[in-house]
Order: sequence, then C-alpha cells, then structure tokens
Amino acid sequence: MSSVRVLVGTRKGAFILTADEKRDKWHVEGPLFGGLEIYHLKGSPVDPNRIYASQASDWFGQVIHRSDDGGKTWTTVGNEFAYDGPTGTHQWYDGTAHPWDFRRVWHLEPSLHDPDVVYAGVEDAAIFRSDNGGRTWQELPGLRRHDTSGIWQTGGGGFCLHTIILDPTDPDRIYIAISAAGAFRTDDGGQTWKPINRGLHSDYIPDANAEVGHCVHRIAMHPSQPNVLFMQKHWDVLRSDNAGDDWHEVSGNLPSDFGFVVDVHAHEPETIYVVPIKSDSEHYPPEGKLRVYRSRTGGNEWEALTKGLPQEDCYVNVLRDAMAVDNLDSCGVYFGTTGGQVYASADAGDNWNAIVHDLPAVLSVEVQTLP
Amino acid sequence: MIRVIIPHHLRNLAGTGAEVTVEVAGPVTQRAVLDALEARYPVLRGTIRDYATGQRRPFLRFFACTEDLSHESPDALLPEEVAAGIEPYRIIGAIAGG
Repeated sequence: MSSVRVLVGTRKGAFILTADEKRDKWHVEGPLFGGLEIYHLKGSPVDPNRIYASQASDWFGQVIHRSDDGGKTWTTVGNEFAYDGPTGTHQWYDGTAHPWDFRRVWHLEPSLHDPDVVYAGVEDAAIFRSDNGGRTWQELPGLRRHDTSGIWQTGGGGFCLHTIILDPTDPDRIYIAISAAGAFRTDDGGQTWKPINRGLHSDYIPDANAEVGHCVHRIAMHPSQPNVLFMQKHWDVLRSDNAGDDWHEVSGNLPSDFGFVVDVHAHEPETIYVVPIKSDSEHYPPEGKLRVYRSRTGGNEWEALTKGLPQEDCYVNVLRDAMAVDNLDSCGVYFGTTGGQVYASADAGDNWNAIVHDLPAVLSVEVQTLP
Repeated sequence: MIRVIIPHHLRNLAGTGAEVTVEVAGPVTQRAVLDALEARYPVLRGTIRDYATGQRRPFLRFFACTEDLSHESPDALLPEEVAAGIEPYRIIGAIAGG
C-alpha cells in the first residue's frame, strides 16, 4: 500500500506527518530541531529517504541538515554559502544601494536525477548548488551578476530567492523567482539568466511594466507541460504558455488575487489551486473565510473549496512554500497556515481535514508519495 | 584547558553538554578560543561568527568573569582566570524573539 509523508517546516521546528493512501489517520512526529526556524524541507525525487532541511536562526545563522533514512536520523552538512566574487549592491527598502549579505536558505530543491545534487535559494537573493549531498555549496553567480541586479528590490519578507523549478525535460533549464525582482530562467544550467516578466503589471512599482522589480510570490509547473507556468504574484494570478516569455492574467472571479501559494494537480495539468488573501496590508483571508480556490481550466474560472475549512473568524495566512500535492490516484492537496494548522484533502480539494491544529506557524509544506 | 559554556541550541548541534573544553596553544584570546572550539566541533562553524566576515553574530554576546567582552578586540588576551581554566568563557544568546 502506498503512503504519504508530509514534511512541515515551522517557526519552532520541523514535523513529519505520515499516513497510508487513505490519508485519514495520521502519525505526527516532531518537533525536530525544536525551537528553531525550519524554513523548508524537501526530499529527493530519486531517493525519497534523502531529505534536506534548512534551519535558519537570527541567533545562530544557517544550518543545513540531511537525512538518509526518511527523517528518522539527521546529519548536519555544509552551511557555508559564500557569494562568488564581489557581491555588488541591490536596492534597499529606501532605494539606497545595499550590499548582498547572506541571511538564510529559503528553499531547497533536490535534483530530479541525482540525490547528491541539490539547489538552494537564499536571502539575499542568489542560487547555490551542491553536488555532494549538501557538504559544500557553490553559487551559480550568473544570476546575481545579471545586468539588472543593481535595481532588484527587497521584498517585505526579505530579499529572497524562494522558488526553484527544475524542468523535467531539459536539465539545463531552471526557473527561479525572487521577491522583489521577479522571475528568471536559465537555459544553460545556470550560467546565464533571463528575466521572464513580460506581461506582469505591478502598480506598486514606479514602472508598472518594468523588466524586473516585480514581487513574484510563487511559480508552479506541471511536469507534463513544462512550458506552462502559473504564477501567484503579489497581486494577480498569471499564466504563461511559452516558458515564461509572456504572461497573462488569469485571476478571473477570485475574491482577491493577492496571495502567496499556487500549485498544480498531480494528474490534471490544467487544474490549479490558490489561496486568496485579502490584501498586502491585511495578510488574512477575505471575510474571515479560509477558502482554497480551484480552477479546472488553467485559470480565469475558479470555484471555492470550503468543506472542512473554517468559514468564519479565520485570520491566518498561507505562506508561499506552504502548499503541496501528492501523486496518489486521487490527488491529495496539502497546505499549512501561520495559525499552525496543516490541512489535507484526499480528493483534490473537495473535502478538507486538519491533520494538526496547533503547530507553530507553518513556513513550508512538502509531500512525498511513497510506494 | 579552556572552559567554554555554550547556549542550548549549540549544545544540541554539537551534541555536548553546557560546558565544553578546548586547548589553546599560544595566547588565549577570544579568536583563539573560538578557533579551537570550531576545530573541535566543526558543526559550530558559522553559528557563532559569520562565515563571510568572521564577526560575532549580532544576537550573541561573549562574557568572562562577569565582564562583557563582546566588543573587545578578538585578539585581546582573555582574563588569566579563563586561561587557567578557573573561570569559563561564556557564549550567550540574546533574550529576544517569540
């Protein structure tokens, strides 16, 4: 019988939630690394027992942990993230030039082909790669040296590279997103990068249609359609059908097109999910109702999914790395909230249950489907 | 033998108790003690001093013999009581956060 393992990063440690394919009875393990912020955990698609975890602390800095037995035991691996060469500057909140300064790893993306290869998206924004299971890290500096990097701006949550998507059909193609610089793509394994923000319109920056400077919150892709991307921007949900070269808005009938997460159904590449948030000044759901919105048409037409979710007095947020889908026949959808709930749906979003109610604020959710 | 007291999370990381001991050959300075500590427990590299700058992480303070040494030169000699192993060198995390 198949099973699922949900990896949850929180403000005060990591938790591992497991269930069989029915996904109705859950075993909760944790906290792991108790008391410390775990920004993200993710398992290798090649070897699911290999899991990487990013522990970040204002007190003790960055630590990377690795498990080779599915999270039972952990080894501390390399934590030196040294920018390659002179760091240059980016824009600070007040518009002044600010030098790059490493703070933390937001996102870990294991290779689709090699369990020893893993990418890290960091604050201040850059992408690193390890070829030895996290023991050492090397920056892919072509991104940070892009001609536009001097005017990249710092997002409210930090100047972070938070999204890394590896193209399953082309090992040289990687998509990343930075708050607040926008989305970028490499077609040569990370040596050179191209901004892919045409079609994004952001009224909150001086040039609403600028090449860079947009606050992209999340990008998602279905592996069967690697040229089709979905984006939750600061405001607006967008879609690209040409690998990010052009985008168009698909917010449609959403009650708010502000939000953080976006994800794609495991078996239906035109079925997508977002969680609308009221506004950038009010980081909670509209009307106090926690609703996942699903589009079965790749955007524009959305339906509210509410069964099992609180529909009054709910003022939590769902952060950008806190939604995931499993690969079981009946696709499971999972998301975590800043109120410490992790919700699961075993039927593609029709019905929801809270696996846990009272964890620390959830920063990230990933799920592994195990044979 | 130099006694060093480290905070809770670093004990967990290094797999130690509250107090560890290190040997320092030569002048007993803060830099020498921290170098020795990181050499004995490599997992602590980057957790006390920033990798890029070598500077004390801002939410940590260094004390010995009730004196705050956080802003002293890392190459200044530590008190004789620390060098003699009578008093510990303390690494203390800021009481902050939620």
